[in-house]
Amino acid sequence: MKVLVIEDDRQAAAYLVKGLGESGYVVDHAAEGRDGLFMATSGTYDAMIVDRMLPGMDGLSLIAALRAAEIRTPVLILSALGAVDDRVKGLRAGGDDYLVKPFAFTELLARLEALLRRGGAQATTTKLRVADLEMDLLARTVRRGAQAIDLLPREFTLLEYLMRHADQVVTRTMLLENVWDYHFDPQTNVIDVHISRLRQKIDKGFARPLLHTIRGAGYSLRGAA
Amino acid sequence: MPDPSSIRSGEQATAFAAPPDRPAISVRRLLRTNAFRLAALYFALFATSALGLLVFIYFSVAGFIEVQTEATLDADLTGLAEQYEQRGIAGLVQIIGERSRGERNDETLYLITDPLSRKLAGNLSVWPKAETIRPGWIRFPVETKRGTLTETHPAIGNTFVLPGGFRLLVGRDLRDAAAFRSRITQTLTWAAIATLGLGIVGGFLMTRNMLRRVETVNRTSARIIHGDLGQRVPLNGSGDEFDQLAGNLNLMLDQIERLMAGMRQVTDNIAHDLRTPLARLRARLEVTLLEKPDAERYGEALTETIAEADQLLVTFNALLSIAEAEAGSRRDTMAVVDLGEIAASVAELYEPVADEKGLILAVSTGQGVKVRGDRHLLSQAIANLLDNAMKYTPQGSVTLSTSQQGETARLEVADSGPGIPAERREAVFDRFVRLEGSRSTPGNGLGLSLVRAVAKLHGGAVWAEGNDPGLRVVFTLPAAAA
Repeated sequence: MKVLVIEDDRQAAAYLVKGLGESGYVVDHAAEGRDGLFMATSGTYDAMIVDRMLPGMDGLSLIAALRAAEIRTPVLILSALGAVDDRVKGLRAGGDDYLVKPFAFTELLARLEALLRRGGAQATTTKLRVADLEMDLLARTVRRGAQAIDLLPREFTLLEYLMRHADQVVTRTMLLENVWDYHFDPQTNVIDVHISRLRQKIDKGFARPLLHTIRGAGYSLRGAA
Repeated sequence: MPDPSSIRSGEQATAFAAPPDRPAISVRRLLRTNAFRLAALYFALFATSALGLLVFIYFSVAGFIEVQTEATLDADLTGLAEQYEQRGIAGLVQIIGERSRGERNDETLYLITDPLSRKLAGNLSVWPKAETIRPGWIRFPVETKRGTLTETHPAIGNTFVLPGGFRLLVGRDLRDAAAFRSRITQTLTWAAIATLGLGIVGGFLMTRNMLRRVETVNRTSARIIHGDLGQRVPLNGSGDEFDQLAGNLNLMLDQIERLMAGMRQVTDNIAHDLRTPLARLRARLEVTLLEKPDAERYGEALTETIAEADQLLVTFNALLSIAEAEAGSRRDTMAVVDLGEIAASVAELYEPVADEKGLILAVSTGQGVKVRGDRHLLSQAIANLLDNAMKYTPQGSVTLSTSQQGETARLEVADSGPGIPAERREAVFDRFVRLEGSRSTPGNGLGLSLVRAVAKLHGGAVWAEGNDPGLRVVFTLPAAAA
């Protein structure tokens, strides 16, 4: 997987390049907006990580230019601006996800992975399947093996998100943003409680647990043993 | 976010502003002002119309005198014509002789001559050399002896040729008319001079007066630009437009000063509140470095440090949210939202938490309680309230309800916990205030501060009251028209 990092801060860029390299990505780096745009249009990247404030050409204009040139590479925006309308502006410019600095590297990895896996099967599927867990999106029913599982509407949405991101790490913030559309940190770890409830319903009584807690990062729904 | 361009534009502004202690309005400055140009234009218009009016008066008065004179002559002639018809030329000569006897005080001039141009009667000695102004009408000079002086003045007359070659002239000395006319000319000239003079002086005074008041505003703003935000534009108490302008400017300045004071307060707080945990974090790293190098110990210390940095970030974000809410910068993202719906959705997020703690979370959200607000901030405020209630309620229930009372939307979070003594109920809304006994529970003492900031931003209020047993936090907002 090839990733382009456009970030002007030397240390932050070095940290990203090193971290992504260690996680198995091939990383290119541009320190300036125009260089970044040039590399993005000429190279073939699977994803891009773009800082919002760049010398030469700011991140949002860069993304807008890419999208105008019909380049659909998924873009993760990094920004020190964290207000909700800043996020909205970023996504409106053509970004696919928005991460506020400073962030945990695990959070970045999880979001990057989510971006890379996106696109494939998701648009027209009506059924999701992870191991023997099956979700019917039209009938809104869930069964594991032969057993039907009763879920509340929010639990259904939560499980759907986890299934769409099966075998990836999903962070608490990602869940809070995507399942609840909240952009703040609740003081109590409410997400943990929701997950453990869901786990009760889908894993209890089965030999192999599907929903795993990834320490220091988040959760993962795993199909493969 | 601090924006460097805003600072730069501030400096630019000072370059354009007049220095604060510039002396009063100079003449050159006066000439350049808009008020002066306006006054000059007004004066030109005024002068033209005043002069036009005076000229009109002159001509209409002069014309009136002429018409009057001619009318008198006509009447005279009619009389003479009757005499002529009745008594022929001899009668006419006699009448003219009678009329022109004595002093020529009535300014009427007569002359009748025979076909040889000899005078038969009248008070003119010879037929005058005259210019004809229209058929029958002539204008000519007459001489009058007054003591030793001989004056010449204009006269106007009507001439007739009578059958038999006799010629008759009936005229009028225009001496008085001319005097009157010149008197009028003189009067009108003086009037014009006075009017124009008054116009100039009045315009100048008016302009200067207006400029002086604009200058007051200018001088005050210049002082403010130079950093003295305490300055205010003086009012003169007349309540006119300038006073209103000054009053509005002062109100605006008050608001700016208040906002700036708020910002300063927030910055001070943030600096103060982050310094302590940062110092702690730094000390931990330093102490670790002093110890014997040991990979395992280092790893442990780094993990602890990251956890602490994360906690710091949470605090920082909370402070930023509060600052943002207090600064009121989110007001433009407000829309009419359903408070009950928002509350229900947050409650749904917390319901499993209550369940896990063995608490009953009772939710009663009235339908259609609409407020004008920011959904994200309101959600966060309600989340903080629920969080708090659940954290401090060991058993029993937490109740969340929304309702509308008249113009006020009301949200209540009540719990059956230990409550807060009445005298401490206000303090919990201050930043970083954590009551005794709560230090062992996680939290940063900012949750309720944010709730208060959000309430203020929405023009509402929040307070705590006893629930007997427990605590009830009441959050009110102005209701939006449905």
